[in-house]
Amino acid sequence: MYAFEYQRPTSRDAATGAAAGDARYLAGGQSLVQAMRLRLSQSERLIDLGAIDELKAIGVDKNNAIRIGAMATHAAVAAHADVKRLAPALAELAGGIGDPMVRNMGTIGGSIANADPAACYPTAVLALGATIHTDGRTIAADDFFTGLYETELEPGELVTAVSFPSAQKAAYVKFKQQASRFALVGVFVAQTASGVRVAVTGAKSHVFRATPIEDALTKSFTPDAAKAVRMPTDDINADLHGSAEYRAAMISVMAARAVAAALSR
Amino acid sequence: MEVPIEITVNGRQVSKTIDPRTLLVQFLREALHLTGTHVGCDTAQCGACTVHMNGRAIKACSMLALQVQGSEITTIEGLTRDGELHPMQAAFRECHGLQCGFCTPGMVMAGVQILADNPKASEAEIREALDGNICRCTGYQNIVKSIQFCQSGAQPASV
Repeated sequence: MYAFEYQRPTSRDAATGAAAGDARYLAGGQSLVQAMRLRLSQSERLIDLGAIDELKAIGVDKNNAIRIGAMATHAAVAAHADVKRLAPALAELAGGIGDPMVRNMGTIGGSIANADPAACYPTAVLALGATIHTDGRTIAADDFFTGLYETELEPGELVTAVSFPSAQKAAYVKFKQQASRFALVGVFVAQTASGVRVAVTGAKSHVFRATPIEDALTKSFTPDAAKAVRMPTDDINADLHGSAEYRAAMISVMAARAVAAALSR
Repeated sequence: MEVPIEITVNGRQVSKTIDPRTLLVQFLREALHLTGTHVGCDTAQCGACTVHMNGRAIKACSMLALQVQGSEITTIEGLTRDGELHPMQAAFRECHGLQCGFCTPGMVMAGVQILADNPKASEAEIREALDGNICRCTGYQNIVKSIQFCQSGAQPASV
């Protein structure tokens, strides 16, 4: 690990105030600490957000939207009564990330700011049409994820919370890569006020909407409709774990399973 | 530059200064000599480094010691009280829930968390909840049995 200066502020304002220059926020550290250990990540100052209680709150806004503080852990989201009641798909997704120990440390803010191409949370953000709140503005889900580990966030900009509007029906299903347990392909399907939205992780450089499947599900919200779609292989990842054709086919299969899970609620 | 750390480990107040790069598992093993917490894969896959922070299981190899500032940490050494094995430890001995023993501290710490969260966990739920703990002796059958034995509240026959 490269040397860094460590700070542990107790308020949002103190955190953003410390973020000038070559600084990086530390959330749960389940990705960042490993990246630092491999010297893939280096910054002069590390600002640990772990002592900022105001970033950990989970609550319900008007219109039954769930508002999750950036430092809420996956375990806290998975176990929260309001999340389970109003957004069961979101609770299940959080309860399936990594393993129990990872879920006790990993946070929603850290997950979306890191924007791992195989992370689970970005699918919920995109499919449910969430709003990302930062210290200075709000960002729509459709604008947030911009590339491989890249987001719309400016240097020093702090994610404070994510708001998820309620969906009529939703579910997330992933096919785990057997060694890493990350999603080889994961699909979040949601029937929302603005139509059917389908978000895919693990298959491209970053999360994206599967518009051919959205179109098919708009006509018929059934597993068969999703399964019948042949997803294009353009820009789809290929590696020793699966070819682009395999991953593209798995998108339709996972979408079909997600529709079945959403309908069975 | 060294930074102060103050935490409680197994009920004992600890106050030291450390390099901010110190991992929690390094701090426990090298500064406090609590070597029951193991380093297995060192990449957050195997769970041999599992300890509890404020009652929640975490992987000590995948976090900075400073991230647990002000917290209560329990390691495998802290489960034993007055020389008496914790019921989960006794269950692992009773059911032969270990072979080489390397993964055992993590398995025991994970097992305690599993039953604390879900006292009536089914066998399938126990297996699912052990997702983050790897045993390379292929001892999962008896590991699951051990957690179930602890869950049953039965008294170990062996002494």
